Amino acid sequence: MPVPSPAVEINGLVMRYGATTAVDGLAMTVDSGTITAVLGPNGAGKTTTLETCEGFRRAQAGTVRVLGLDPRKDRRALLPRIGVMLQDGGAWSGVRALEMLHHVARLHAHPLDPAALASRLGLEDCGRTPYRRLSGGQKQRLGLALAIVGRPELVFVDEPTAGMDPHARRTTWDLLRELRAAGVTVVLTTHHMDEAERLADVVHIVDRGRVVASGSPADLTADGRTLEDVFLDVTTRSGT
Amino acid sequence: MSPDQRWRDPHAAPGARLDLSPAPGAAPFGLQVLAQTRMETRLLLRNGEQLLLAIVIPVLALVGGVAAAGRLDLDLGDQPVDVLTPGVLALAGLSTAFTSLAIATGFERRYGLLKRLGASPLPRHGLLLGKIGAILLVELVQVVVLGTVGFALGWQPDADVPAALLALVLGTAAFGSLGLLLAGAVRAEATLAIANLVYLLLLTGGGVVFPTEEYGALGPVLEWLPSGALGEAMRAALTHGSVDGRSMLVLLAWAAVAALLTSRTFRWE
Repeated sequence: MPVPSPAVEINGLVMRYGATTAVDGLAMTVDSGTITAVLGPNGAGKTTTLETCEGFRRAQAGTVRVLGLDPRKDRRALLPRIGVMLQDGGAWSGVRALEMLHHVARLHAHPLDPAALASRLGLEDCGRTPYRRLSGGQKQRLGLALAIVGRPELVFVDEPTAGMDPHARRTTWDLLRELRAAGVTVVLTTHHMDEAERLADVVHIVDRGRVVASGSPADLTADGRTLEDVFLDVTTRSGT
Repeated sequence: MSPDQRWRDPHAAPGARLDLSPAPGAAPFGLQVLAQTRMETRLLLRNGEQLLLAIVIPVLALVGGVAAAGRLDLDLGDQPVDVLTPGVLALAGLSTAFTSLAIATGFERRYGLLKRLGASPLPRHGLLLGKIGAILLVELVQVVVLGTVGFALGWQPDADVPAALLALVLGTAAFGSLGLLLAGAVRAEATLAIANLVYLLLLTGGGVVFPTEEYGALGPVLEWLPSGALGEAMRAALTHGSVDGRSMLVLLAWAAVAALLTSRTFRWE
């Protein structure tokens, strides 16, 4: 399927909540078929930016195009084509893990086999566990499964490995790399510098609602500093 | 096959390759609504508190009401079970369309489920249709159970079945809209408390189970409430085989006003 390039194009995005400016003229491009990491301190505007791309929020100023579409006006056309992994929650408390995955699969035309996907993410042993009794890492993996079960062209994953043990983290990284190899564009936010370094083709560092540094991990660390040094250098300490 | 194995794909060893290449698309709208209806019905029937509200309390109200009416020698005009069964059917509609829906929706909002589905191919009107489907299915179960209990207690309806169905549908529309109005406006915990409180108040003093005329001076007021209107419309349809046009219009008006307010105020997150 031909995908317009770039997958995401944001220009001059401004988002305010009352007196707070969460996003302040942010510009960012995500090329198709890449893994792009968005880094930034808490409150830098990462989640707000992602939620604007996902059509949850209307851009107050600036333009946002996702797969060539307006996330608000073309929402119905866009939603089947993207996968969204929420930071937390997103399921009935009494629903069983695999039941939830089957349900979301049924909303799509050509979903992945839910049982095979669950098995791939190591969820087969908690398939019948109610959502409220899943561990944090299991909830995260289920969230990722829910984001990709519909075979999207583009996935947004918000802190995909938060609360995961090292095994689950590796499984998740492998899956994200496999998605890229299959032609899926991945946009992820993370607080883990090693995650960004190992996974991402491109890193955007966001601070106070603007992109303050962009490039491949190798470019950003070309002067011998670690990515964390660069991050600490270009961003401000968050109040949260 | 053990229950565990049912969920396992025998061919998919960990690390097996999945075809992750993009193949996006929404399922046909009808199938999405069907999936949502199925899911919501299953969750509702699996939840102990919801079952208590949907089945146990109405059955107790019917059995207890008939027993009490006999012992207290209450004069309801007709055989007590003939008056109480339509009233308890109205109560069952109220509990499912209002209390259960409000509580479930409140927690769906709180747990981010509405947000998750908001990012899925299921449109909001599909979600709403799924909820309506689940409510109607649960009401069907309630009608079968309560009807059976009623007949076992000697219920002899003089029934206008289409009028009873219309009353139940209008009542469901009115209470369902009010339930969503509540769930979309306040926190989940507040929804839980208010929905249960309103249910208790209407159960005892809302003109649902007992005819509004039993409430003395309060009766004429209750006839303008959706609870009294639904109760009266059901009793007219099932006790006297007649259509209570005014109560139907009262329900329709409540449904219209609440639906309008809900569409203006409902917050999905």
